Amino acid sequence: MDLERPLPHPITPEARPYWEGLREHRLMLPRCLDCGRAFFYPRIACPYCHSRQIVWTQASGRGRLHAFEIAYQPMGRAFTVKPPYVLAMIELEEGPRMMSNLINVEPDPRAIRCDMPVEVVFERLTDEITLPLFQPARPAGGGR
Amino acid sequence: MKALSNAACIVGVDESDEIGTLPHKSQLSLHLEAVTNAVRDAGLRMADVDGIFTAGQHSPALLGEALGITPRYVDGTSVGGCSFIIMVEHAVAALHHGLCDVAVISHGESGRSGVGVSPRRDLSLSGQYEAPFGFGGAPTYFGMITTRHMHEYGTTLEQWAQVAVSTRAWACLNPKAARREPITGADVLASRPVCYPFNVLNICLVTDAGGAVVLTRADRAQDCARPPVYVRGMGEATEHVMLTQMKRLTFSEATRISGARAFAMAGVTHEDIDHVMLYDAFTSGPPIMLESLGLARPGEGVHFFEEGRSTPGGSLPINTNGGGLSYTHSGMYGIFPIIEATRQLRGECGARQVPDVRLSLVNGMGGMLSAAGTLVLSNDR
Repeated sequence: MDLERPLPHPITPEARPYWEGLREHRLMLPRCLDCGRAFFYPRIACPYCHSRQIVWTQASGRGRLHAFEIAYQPMGRAFTVKPPYVLAMIELEEGPRMMSNLINVEPDPRAIRCDMPVEVVFERLTDEITLPLFQPARPAGGGR
Repeated sequence: MKALSNAACIVGVDESDEIGTLPHKSQLSLHLEAVTNAVRDAGLRMADVDGIFTAGQHSPALLGEALGITPRYVDGTSVGGCSFIIMVEHAVAALHHGLCDVAVISHGESGRSGVGVSPRRDLSLSGQYEAPFGFGGAPTYFGMITTRHMHEYGTTLEQWAQVAVSTRAWACLNPKAARREPITGADVLASRPVCYPFNVLNICLVTDAGGAVVLTRADRAQDCARPPVYVRGMGEATEHVMLTQMKRLTFSEATRISGARAFAMAGVTHEDIDHVMLYDAFTSGPPIMLESLGLARPGEGVHFFEEGRSTPGGSLPINTNGGGLSYTHSGMYGIFPIIEATRQLRGECGARQVPDVRLSLVNGMGGMLSAAGTLVLSNDR
């Protein structure tokens, strides 16, 4: 099977719950039991209060487009999605930021604005790997 | 901290024999050319060198071996392109305490031709969280900082373009610069789109080059071949590696911390600075560095370039070698701003010489404003 994207590699042990959650269409975040803050990327200690008491919680999948770029040529190795495509930094409702792509949008700087509301879309690559992509939030679907 | 101010001097600087596209030279050869040239510039012999500082793929141990010397002090700190600027601080501390007597900081990178280069690096975080989305290469990261800045401050593509224009104007005066045709803002805006918000003229060159800097204690510096350049203030810091972890995309905490310490150690203010070298991997970098250093208010760093202050004849010349944008950028550019600042302070720069330079500010980033090093250099105490 030809994939348009490199599979995440190497998957590290501390990130397994994240990748397992995505497979079940749940965006999971590590959260600190001591200070209560969610963070990303997964690690075994809280980057805010340095506690080792970490649990996993499901994120809403909603957030905002913190910053973006539009690739007009292939930029990443083994990444063959046809340009132009939108590279996105998402700020999740729960606070953490993550890199992704903004899809289902015109790849045009006039159509994309920082801080626009976005929502997660699960993109299955293989039986094992599903990626969190994001699209402009649907006005009716947000709920708050 | 004050004890380190003016404790050591830069006494030798040079590039490799040539810089540019060099498919006939290995990365290691670029190192050796730069080191031998810089040691000769200082009027010293290779046998005098007993401290080796280098970042990148070759360890300081390998460099010592290849040069045929046995260093008694080595440092391989590798936090991105500013590592060499940070190493000036490390070298001054080591010299001050007598851990070595002659320190060489060396850079060699076959960034364009890839001769003698190993592709191995740690990818456990970017491989999981960035590569599957098409990230790869510096433009796909620094563009995030840039679009966020445009959103928060209303900065425009036309404004960023003026950084390229100003820097090219300096490159036109530097015989070693790779690009020496004048350009206009319209040229930048019409150049090939690569990754919004960057067209190709917003992005640094990719070259093969080496550079080296030699330092010794201030007392010994008087006996060297060239006028000594004093390291009056210095600072370093790191904030993040993964760009998602940066506290505020539009303000570099590492840059702020490194700059505040360098100015405090030097005992000078922003107004005292005559000449500035900033790490320009992208046109948006130098303005954001000026803001993070406190030389400009947030959102206003680009005014230095728009208003002609940074250009030849301007009130605060910036990136007088032509920068990573137009002179050379092998990958880890940080050695070259030190070389240019030293040459300016020695008065060796010919057509691009800034008149009456006494204090030069060097600031560089590692990664995406992730790490930072700042130096205040002077030609007197």
